[in-house]
Amino acid sequence: MTDTLNSLPPDPIYDRREQIRAITAKTLRRRSRMSQLFTWALSMSLVIALIPLVLVLFTIVQRGGSDLSAAFVTKLPQVPTIGQQNAIGGIANAIIGTLIVAAMAAAMAVPLSLVLGLYLVEMDTRLSRIFRASVEILSGIPSILLGVFAYIFIVLPEHHFSAFAASVALALLMTPVITKSVETAIRGVPDTVTEAGLALGARRSVVARRVVLPAARAGIITGTLLALARAMGETAPLLLVIGATFSQTWDFNPFHAMSALPLLTYSYSGSAFPSQHRAAWGVALVLVLLVLILNLTSRFISARLSRKAQM
Amino acid sequence: MSDGHDAVGNNPGVLKESSITPVLQLRRVNVSFSGRVAVRDVSFDVAPNKITSLIGPSGSGKTTILRSLNRLHDLTKGAKVDGDLLLDGVDIYKGGIATMLLRSRIGMVFQRPNPFPTLSIYDNVVSGLRFNGVRKKSLLDEAAESALISAALWDSVSSRMKVHASTLSGGEQQRLCIARALAVEPEILLMDEPTSSLDPVSTQRIEELMTELKNRVTMVIVTHNMQQAARVSDDCAFLLMADDRAGELIEFGPTDKIFHDPSDARTLDYVHGRFG
Repeated sequence: MTDTLNSLPPDPIYDRREQIRAITAKTLRRRSRMSQLFTWALSMSLVIALIPLVLVLFTIVQRGGSDLSAAFVTKLPQVPTIGQQNAIGGIANAIIGTLIVAAMAAAMAVPLSLVLGLYLVEMDTRLSRIFRASVEILSGIPSILLGVFAYIFIVLPEHHFSAFAASVALALLMTPVITKSVETAIRGVPDTVTEAGLALGARRSVVARRVVLPAARAGIITGTLLALARAMGETAPLLLVIGATFSQTWDFNPFHAMSALPLLTYSYSGSAFPSQHRAAWGVALVLVLLVLILNLTSRFISARLSRKAQM
Repeated sequence: MSDGHDAVGNNPGVLKESSITPVLQLRRVNVSFSGRVAVRDVSFDVAPNKITSLIGPSGSGKTTILRSLNRLHDLTKGAKVDGDLLLDGVDIYKGGIATMLLRSRIGMVFQRPNPFPTLSIYDNVVSGLRFNGVRKKSLLDEAAESALISAALWDSVSSRMKVHASTLSGGEQQRLCIARALAVEPEILLMDEPTSSLDPVSTQRIEELMTELKNRVTMVIVTHNMQQAARVSDDCAFLLMADDRAGELIEFGPTDKIFHDPSDARTLDYVHGRFG
C-alpha cells in the first residue's frame, strides 16, 4: 500500500496530515508516560492524605465503640463517686443540646444567607460590595472570637449562659459558608432561565423566588447541611457561652444553659475520673456519627435533586 | 483547492483516497445514560469523502450518535456506549486507539460557534495543533493558511490574524471553528447542527463550504433542516424515538432515495413534513 501511495503525486494536505499525525503520536507517547507518573504521584498523595482520617476514625471507633449503648445515648450523665467510679451515666442532654443549638443556628443563618447570597448575585451596588467584603471578613474571624461576641452581647446583658447565645455564635460561623454556597448555586442557574421569567412580565423578586431559588436548591441544601455539620463539631464558639457542660438534668429551654457534645468531649478528656476520660471517646464517636449522617443526607439530597432537575 | 485534490475527490475508487481516508462503521451501537437507553441498535456506514446526514425529530438520538463517534460521551458521568464503532476497521472504544489521537482524526464543529474567547484568530486556528505538540512555525502557518482558505475565511482575515476571534460575526466565527477543526487535518469532521444559530446567508456559505470540503474530509452532519440534508448530503440516516424514548435508526441510504423513494412510510411522512 505504501508503494502505491508513494507513486502518486505528492499532496500537500496528505503530507501535512502525515506530519501532524507523527507529531501527535510522539506527543501522546510522552504524555502517557507523564500521565502515568502523575497518576501514581497523585494516588500516593491521596493515600497520604487519607492516613490521618483513617487513623482518627479507627481510634475513635476502637476506643469509643465500647461506650456506645442505648443507655449512653438516652440517659443523663452521672458524676462518678469513689464507690462507683464507672457510673458515668449517658450523654442524652448533650446530644439534645447540640441538636437544639444547631437547629437554632440554622434557623438564623439560612434565611440570612439566602437573602445575602441572592443580593450578592442580583445586585451590583456599593452596598453589595460592602456586604461581600463583610462576608469574606466574617469567614476569616477565629471562631473563639464569635464566642466572645456572643458572650459580650448576649451572656453579659442577660446575666446567664444560654444555648441561644451559643447558636448565635454558630450562626455567625455558618453564615459566610452558606452565603457562599447560595451564591455559587444561584450563579449556576443559566441567565436564559431568569430572562425567560422576566420576559413573562414577572418581577425580579418573583423570578428569584419561583424560578431561580428552586433551580438552585440542590446546591443550597447541600451547602447548608455541610455548614451545619461543620458547626456542630465546633467547640470554641460554645466554650464561653453555653455554660452547662456538666449539667445532669434535662432542659429544653433554649434560653437556659445547656451541654453540647464537642464541649463534653473536651471536658471529659480533662477529667480526673478514668471512666469519664474513657467516655470522651464515646462522646466523640456520637458526634462523628451525627456529622456523618448529615454529610450522607446532603449527598443523598443533592444527588436526588440534581437527577430530578435533569428529567 | 488545487486540481490534484479534485482528482482524488472525484474518483472515490482511487486507492490513495480509500487507503488514507477511513470509513466509519457502526454496528449495533447502543448509547445509554445512567441505564436509560438513548440510542438503540444503530448500524450504518460512513463512506469516505461523502457527507452523511443524520435527520429525525428532537430526541431521536442524532446528536447522541454523533458525539459517540469521537467519544465525547466519555465526559458524561453514567454514559455508556456498546456495540462496535470502527474507524478504518479499528474499534475506537475497545482500546484500539488512544482517545486523544482519535479526536485529532475525527474533528468536531458544534451547534453554536465556540471560538476560544481570549485567543486571536491565528491562535484559534492553530490551537488544536499546539495542543497536540506541534511547535514548528512553518507547519503551523502552512496549516492555518490552508485551513482558513478551505473555510473560505482567508481573504477576510489574512490581514488581521492577531485580532481577537470574538470580533468576527457569528457566521465568520463558525467558519473559524471549521478552520480550527480542519487545521488538525482530521479525516472525519462531525458537525452538530452547524448552521442552526446562523442567518440564511451564512448558512448558505457554510453549505457551499461543506460541498467543497468533501475532497479534504469525510463529514457527518446532524441537521434539523430537511432541505439542508437534501442539498448537501450524499447519504442519509433517518432516526425516530421509540415508545420507550430510545432513538432508533429507521432507514439509511443514499439521500436521493431517502427523500424521493424511501422504503419506510414513516421516512416519507417525515421528509414531507407530515410530523416531527
